[in-house]
Amino acid sequence: MRLAGKGLIDRSTPVTFTFDGRSYQGYRGDTLASALLANDVRLVGRSFKYHRPRGILTAGSEEPNAMVEILEGNQQTPNVRATVQEVFDGLQARSQNRFPSLKFDLLGINNLAAPFLSAGFYYKTFMWPRPFWEKLYEPLIRRAAGLGSLSGRHDEAQYEKAWAFCDLLVIGSGPAGLMAAWTAAQAGADVILAEEDARMGGRLVSDNLRVDGQPGADWVEALLDDLKAMPNVRLMPRTTVTGAYDDGTYGALERVGLHRAPAPHLPRECFWRIVAGQTVLAAGALERPIAFPDNDRPGIMLASALRSYLHRYGVVPGNRITLIANNDAARATARDLMAAGVKVVAILDTRPDATALEDCPVYLNAQITGTAGHLGLTAITFRHAGGTATLETDCLAMSGGWNPTVHLTCHMNGRPLWREDIAAFIPAEGAVPRLTPAGACNGTFSTAGAFRDGLAAAHTALAALGRPAPDMALPMAEDAPYTITPFWQTPGVEGRQWLDFANDVTTKDVKLSAQENFRSVEHMKRYTTQGMAPDQGKNSNVAALAVLADATGRGIPQTGTTTFRPPFVPTSIAAMGAGGRGAGFAPQRFLTSDQASRDRGAPMIEAGLWYRPSYFPKPGEKTWLEACNREVTMVRESVGVSDVSTLGKIDIQGRDAARFLDLVYTNTFSTLPVGRVRYGLMLREDGHVLDDGTTARLAEHRYLMTTTTAAAGLVMRHLDFVHQAFCADWDVRFLSVTEAWAQFAIAGPRARDLLATLLGAAPDLPFMGVTDVSLGSTPARLFRISFSGEEGYELAVPTRYGEALFRDLVARAETMGGGPYGMEALNVLRIEKGFITHAEIHGRTTAFDIGMEKMVSAKKDCIGKAAAARPGMIGPDREQLVGLRASSAMTAGAHLFTPGDKVHRETDQGYITSVCWSPTLSAHLALAFVKDGRARHGTRIRVVDHLRKIDVLAEITDPVFHDKEGAKLRA
Amino acid sequence: MPELIAKSALAGHAPVTRLQTTLAEGSAAPITSVAPYPGRMDRVNAALAPLGLAFPAPNGQTRQGAARLIWTGRDQAFLIGAPAPDGLADHAALTDQTDGWAILTLTGPVAEATLMRPVPLDLRLGAFPPLRTVRAPLNHMQAILTRTAPDAFEIMVFRSMARTAWGELTEALEVLAARAQTA
Repeated sequence: MRLAGKGLIDRSTPVTFTFDGRSYQGYRGDTLASALLANDVRLVGRSFKYHRPRGILTAGSEEPNAMVEILEGNQQTPNVRATVQEVFDGLQARSQNRFPSLKFDLLGINNLAAPFLSAGFYYKTFMWPRPFWEKLYEPLIRRAAGLGSLSGRHDEAQYEKAWAFCDLLVIGSGPAGLMAAWTAAQAGADVILAEEDARMGGRLVSDNLRVDGQPGADWVEALLDDLKAMPNVRLMPRTTVTGAYDDGTYGALERVGLHRAPAPHLPRECFWRIVAGQTVLAAGALERPIAFPDNDRPGIMLASALRSYLHRYGVVPGNRITLIANNDAARATARDLMAAGVKVVAILDTRPDATALEDCPVYLNAQITGTAGHLGLTAITFRHAGGTATLETDCLAMSGGWNPTVHLTCHMNGRPLWREDIAAFIPAEGAVPRLTPAGACNGTFSTAGAFRDGLAAAHTALAALGRPAPDMALPMAEDAPYTITPFWQTPGVEGRQWLDFANDVTTKDVKLSAQENFRSVEHMKRYTTQGMAPDQGKNSNVAALAVLADATGRGIPQTGTTTFRPPFVPTSIAAMGAGGRGAGFAPQRFLTSDQASRDRGAPMIEAGLWYRPSYFPKPGEKTWLEACNREVTMVRESVGVSDVSTLGKIDIQGRDAARFLDLVYTNTFSTLPVGRVRYGLMLREDGHVLDDGTTARLAEHRYLMTTTTAAAGLVMRHLDFVHQAFCADWDVRFLSVTEAWAQFAIAGPRARDLLATLLGAAPDLPFMGVTDVSLGSTPARLFRISFSGEEGYELAVPTRYGEALFRDLVARAETMGGGPYGMEALNVLRIEKGFITHAEIHGRTTAFDIGMEKMVSAKKDCIGKAAAARPGMIGPDREQLVGLRASSAMTAGAHLFTPGDKVHRETDQGYITSVCWSPTLSAHLALAFVKDGRARHGTRIRVVDHLRKIDVLAEITDPVFHDKEGAKLRA
Repeated sequence: MPELIAKSALAGHAPVTRLQTTLAEGSAAPITSVAPYPGRMDRVNAALAPLGLAFPAPNGQTRQGAARLIWTGRDQAFLIGAPAPDGLADHAALTDQTDGWAILTLTGPVAEATLMRPVPLDLRLGAFPPLRTVRAPLNHMQAILTRTAPDAFEIMVFRSMARTAWGELTEALEVLAARAQTA
């Protein structure tokens, strides 16, 4: 029911939303919970295990009962707390965990079976027969229990991640937080004020409080106007700080678009990483329920929630309201309701010594012994100092006292301390470095106390920041003492007393846990699942451990708490991974020839982060293999052009450059003449091959190293390590120039002719030579190197000219019967020639294995040399690089067996690393590693691939199939 | 002999403006890496003196007219906007980097807020004043980030990654614009 003239909602903006398909009206500023209560909807969900009818318990993010699914286009968001979700025009919400409907739920039958479903039931019952657990019991149980459901589709909505830095982070905008933020802002500090709610003010806007003689909400509004005008203050409403991490870093989840209809580019949520010099935690406190039989019916709510609905939203969730409490503070609920003209049936105070002076009946020493009403509360039965009684009531407010919100102070392993006088845990001092708790979260429950705490915390933070504290007057506000006598559960009564509403855990379950000897609080948690639901036990932890303490005869401090871990509220993975979906997963690196290749219809293949053309299809070609075969033949017979810019290029300079290369390469580079190129092999410190490539000597003290595409970063890191660890004082400097040059391979018997048309004259360059050339006014470098086995050149120009040169080279090649070739052809060409890639130097092979042990110079030391000489690194037991030739297809990854041997692991002779169909030799070829392979050339070996069902015989050969003497590439 | 046409890293990308803040391709040429050899900083500084520059401190830069020298790493700085002076090559390794980097500029009132999406550094004016230069991650990319004015930044990324950087900064601008519309 909505009361006229009450609440802070915007009555000029009505909104229409649906719940379970039915249309309702609310106002801007309503949460789904307040709008449903205003429409007298009390039944909102079904419980996790017993499918008990449940309503709304709280008015905040700790809500354990009122969880719904929100539908929005393709999005279906489960377990949204109705107390957090704001209403907007077009909002569609749906109840969850019920079938066929919320009011009639077939699985409600679980509730009747409750005597059999107590804690530990599954563990004891479904042990036998063992295989039944996975196949039968678990699927059935999972189906019966549970909360919301997902759409089964990808979450393609927009999310955001961002960073923020500040001098002071204030978490919570109640009186303590506002005072701290205002004080620090006056001192000139950069302040971020984060508030979980859509509206700032905390209890000042949820309670009937007065500050400096004004209504609390007015005072807050005026202060917020001042704060908004300050450039050093950032207000972050709808932002929950979810975790405390090292170095003053906090995670925070902002609801950016969840409270409104979707708009292009508007994220649903933003996950913030906030780095703060100092932090004031003013997170407030959470009211505790009281355990009594059937205390979970719709209509039973927290007393403070009732006040929030009354003062924030002008909503009263019943016509005849009763209050049960164990403290003075909760009496305000009854007084506020009566002042608003609402019928308060009675106040039940569990204390025998409390005052009975109120404008309604007050029962002392009262304990509720039963409640009635299937889908909503209709009556309560209770005993009290004067006897027993039954009252007709449709709403019961309860208050078992307050738990300071200490969660963030536990995220770095702090353990909260028990304070007997308030019967609650408070943060341990220094639990999170540079964080000062203030106000209710520190156990200070009066408004004036919160202002004082907030001011003091600001002073602490400002002192640490080295800023003088401004002279601030404390606002005038109530300063009532907090008096409480703990009351955790109702003794000597039948019926289930719920502790954890979200996971259906009762006081009896906790006692059973103790009885079964799961007496540690951590064991009790696992045994009963108390505290493991979406609310993470915010409503039940302290009461549960009080019951456990009672059952085990220990005190509460001795029983201790379970560990509070981040995130403080449920946080969507989509927000934490914002931007990482699809192409956002990693940067994309594009070649200068990218567009030219795509223009020709070339499919792209990812090589590391690079996109390289796979092949260049011609009209009529139906498969990649047809195009690949044509491109291979083209290179062998005329000329092909390929973009090789992805290879790593490292400029190495200095008087010790040659000495440095001699250290990192197995072979010698100090003897390389200027203008020449040499193939080099690089080992890791453990003696295995790291990378290979060619290095050119451009000048006496300057080299240009080429690495493979895959290992470009790895080699750079290795060089840095070697330099810094072993020879930091040498006169050597190096820097990647991969991105500075676009480089193209021109390969084939007509490569020289092509270059002649480009350069004006055929290049006079010996095999493994390098020279500077110019293309018009563009400086360029020409290398004579070959990865195809044909006469080959690589021409490099500054990157900005890359696209123009590629298009020019391809056009020239095409006039000569040539053209571009892609990665597939490049791979076939190198296999035919027996050239290795990282398929072969995969990290477990040595120079000996690949037949290059002679490249490890005997005249000098190098990185990895000693380790490569260890026993087991050389010899006939090693698997050595060979070629395989067969008449049918082989597969990379297939294993090799001696013909006649049984095919099993013990007789494994090696494996295949690369395969191709060779159009040049009209044969299936492979590169492989075979035990003592070099001694087995000419023999036959069996190729078995169990995965792809291949079993063929192949001949072991030298790995170089094509032009063994190298006549063609030296031509 | 052909005359090759030069193309910048982001050729074809028109500037994007949201909330009076503009993302555009910048230019800086030539760029030369200057890496002094051990123990020769004095002679490097002497060689730089005619340009009015000195080797910068970490995260800093020195500038004179159009020429500037920005710190880019340990024993390394990029000389931008002027050719290397005579004699410098004797004491420092010089490497042409002109074509290796894509340059993006971000100018306007929400430039800092835009960068606070992909960059995990404190870019508040007090902590990161004009002429400060850092090597910074831009999401998964490594970048060289310089504040050129209170509301202007220059972002250098590997040239091959220019499109990703452009896309991610454009997206951050779009999101801020969408947020502003709903505020």
